[in-house]
Amino acid sequence: MKEYYLGVDVGSVSTNIVIIDENNDVIVKKYIRTKGRPIKAIQSGLKEIKEEIGEIEIKGVGTTGSGRYLSSILIGADIVKNEITAHAVAALNFVPDVKTILEIGGQDSKIIILRDGIVTDFAMNTVCAAGTGSFLDRQAARLGIDIKEFGELALKSNNPIRIAGRCAVFAESDMIHKQQLGHNQEDIINGLCEALVRNYLSNVGKGKEILAPVVFQGGVAANVGIKRAFERALDMEVYVPNHYDVMGAIGSAILAREEVKSKEVSKFKGFEVADTDYKVKGFECNDCANMCEVIQILAEDKVIARWGDKCGKWTNLSDINLQRLA
Amino acid sequence: MKITFPHMGNTYIAVKAMLEDLGLEVIVPPKCSKRTLELGTKYSPESICLPLKINIGNYIESIERGADTILITGSCGPCRFGFYSVIEKEILKDLGYDIDIIVFDPPDGNYKEFINRITKAVNTNNPIKILKSFNRGRIILKEVDRLFQFSNKKRAYAVNSYEVDKIMQKFSEGVLKVKGVIETKKLIKRIFKELEKIEVDNTKRPLKVGIVGEIYTVIEPYVNLDIERKLGHMGVLVDKFLTPSRWVEHNLTLGHLGLSEERKAWKAAKPYIRTLVGGHGRETVGSAIMYAEKGYDGVIQLLPFTCMPEIVAETILKTVAKDYDIPILTLIVDELTGEAGYVTRLEAFVDLLKRRKEERKFERVLSRS
Ligand code: SF4
Repeated sequence: MKEYYLGVDVGSVSTNIVIIDENNDVIVKKYIRTKGRPIKAIQSGLKEIKEEIGEIEIKGVGTTGSGRYLSSILIGADIVKNEITAHAVAALNFVPDVKTILEIGGQDSKIIILRDGIVTDFAMNTVCAAGTGSFLDRQAARLGIDIKEFGELALKSNNPIRIAGRCAVFAESDMIHKQQLGHNQEDIINGLCEALVRNYLSNVGKGKEILAPVVFQGGVAANVGIKRAFERALDMEVYVPNHYDVMGAIGSAILAREEVKSKEVSKFKGFEVADTDYKVKGFECNDCANMCEVIQILAEDKVIARWGDKCGKWTNLSDINLQRLA
Repeated sequence: MKITFPHMGNTYIAVKAMLEDLGLEVIVPPKCSKRTLELGTKYSPESICLPLKINIGNYIESIERGADTILITGSCGPCRFGFYSVIEKEILKDLGYDIDIIVFDPPDGNYKEFINRITKAVNTNNPIKILKSFNRGRIILKEVDRLFQFSNKKRAYAVNSYEVDKIMQKFSEGVLKVKGVIETKKLIKRIFKELEKIEVDNTKRPLKVGIVGEIYTVIEPYVNLDIERKLGHMGVLVDKFLTPSRWVEHNLTLGHLGLSEERKAWKAAKPYIRTLVGGHGRETVGSAIMYAEKGYDGVIQLLPFTCMPEIVAETILKTVAKDYDIPILTLIVDELTGEAGYVTRLEAFVDLLKRRKEERKFERVLSRS
C-alpha cells in the first residue's frame, strides 16, 4: 500500500501544501496566497486537495514557515521545523551532494551552505526588498509586463546595461533613468535581473563560500533571467528543481516521514480541519508590566490554544509546541 | 528625592536594594515593554543605537511615576555610549522635564570623585556607609547573576523547562515587593530553593552556546528577545560572557589588577585585534575565542543595529569561526526586529549545531573501530 505524507509551509506571502509518497515524489501541490489569513489559506488548500484526490490516509505531517506553530496546532503535526532546515532537506533530496542553496521568495531570501549533507552556515535577509521577489513584481508592473514573461525577455537582451542594485529605491530610480535614456526593454529587464543577483550576493551571500553544486529555489527560481544571471555571476551551473516553489513544504513532508518511522500513529487531525470554524482572538494582558499580547485560537468557539504570554499564566501547559510560540 | 535609573537586565535588583539601604526612595522603571520602546523611539534621534532609545523610554515611564532624579553610568571608550549621558540630558531637557541627572563615569581608580558623586546622590557624608552598601550591592549583583545562570542550566536539563519560567516570573514580581539588601537576599535564596526542586533529566547532553556582543543587548532580555529563555527551551545550555557582575568586577575592582575575565579576553583577542575599537568589540572577539577553546558547540553574537564596535568584531569573527572551527551566528536587533525571523534563525542554528555534534560523535566512533 502506498504511504502519503503531508507538508505545509505557511509564509507571509504564500501557503504551500504538498503530499509526497514513500519515494518522496510529489503527488499534489498547492500554492495559495496567504493574504494575512493563514488559517483560511491552510483550510482552502486542504479542501482543494481533498476534492482532487479524495481522503487518502496520511501517515505523517510536517509544518514549516513563519506560521509553522500555528499550522501545527491546526492540523496536528508530527514535526515542526524552521524553514532553513526544511529547505535544506528538500534540496538534498533533489541534488544529494548540494553544497549551496540560493533561495529567493516573495518577501525574503536566504542562502544555505551545506557540506557533506549537513547545514554548516546560513544567512537570511528580511530587511531589504531589493534582493527579493517583490522587487521584481514591482518593476514588472512598472514596465507593464507580466512577471511570467520577465525572465524570457531578459534572455533576449544582447546589450547588457548596469542598474544600481544596492537598494530597491535606488534601483528603481536608476531604472527610470535608463528608460529615459532610451535603452530597450529587454536590456533593462536583464539589468534588473543582474542588479537583484548582485544585491543578493553582496547582502545575503556576503562572506559565504559558494561551491557547486548550486540549487536555486523559491518562487523567484521560475525566472530564467535570474537563473542565468546567477550562472554568469558565479560562473557555475545552477540547478532549479521541478518543484522549486514548494521546497519548504516538501522538506517538511520528508522530515515528517523520518519522524513517524518509529511511531505508530500520526497526530494528523484529518481533512475535516478544512471545515472546522476557527477564529483567532488576541488580547493584551495588563496583569503585569510585560503587557503580553496573548493570542488564542478558537475552534467552534472553544479555545484550543493560547500563547504569547511570558509567564505561562494563559498558556495551555500540556503542549510543548504551543509554548514555543511564546 | 525619588531616584530612578535605566534598565539594564538584572542590575536594577542590586541598585534598588543598595539605594534603598541608603534610605532613598527608589522608583524602578516598569519592565521594558513595547510602550517603553515606542516612547524612546519617538523622542530619540532616529539613527541612534537601540539602547539609548530604551533608556529614554525608561526615564519617561519613571518620571510618570514620580521620579525626580536619574542615576546614569557614564562612558565606555570611543563609541556612542560615551555620549549617552550628554544626549540623554539634552533630550529630557527639550521635553521639558525638570529632573536632576547624576552621572557616574567608570572611575578608573579615582575613588574620591566617585564617592563625591555618590554622596551627592545619597545625601550622606559618611563614606564608610556608602562603601558598605556599595559592597553589599555588589554581592546582590553577583547572587542575581548566579540565580539566572542557575535558571539557564535548569532549563536545559529540566523535564519541563517551562516550570523554570514560572518560578523566575515569581522572582521578578517578588523583587519589586521586597525592600533593601537583606530582604532581596532572602528572596533570592527562596527562589534558588524552588528551582532546585524542579525535576531534571541528567541523561540530557545539552548543546553549549556562549553569548557574546554588545553588553546592553546581551544583558537586557527585552532587547535580545529573551534569547536565553528561547535557547533554554530548545535544550541549550547558555552562558553569557558579559553579566552585570562581571562588568562591575572589571570596571571597579579586579580590572585594575589585570585579573578580570575581560582582561583575559583582550589577551585572547590579541592576534586579531590589538587595540580598543570602542564598546566591547575587543571583548567580543576574545570571548568568542575563549568559548571555542572551552569546547563550546557554538557562539552567538548580539548587537544593536548600527553598533560600530560590534560591526568591526563581526567581520573578525568570520575568521575566528574558520580558525577555530566553531559556528558563530550574528544577530542584529533593532526596533523592527521581527520575532518570527529571529526564532527561525535560532532554531536553524541549533539544528546546525546538533547535526554537527552528532556527526562528530559518529566520526569518533568510526575512528576508534
Ligand atoms: S501574560 Fe503574564 S507575563 Fe504577560 S502581561 Fe500577563 S501576567 Fe504579565
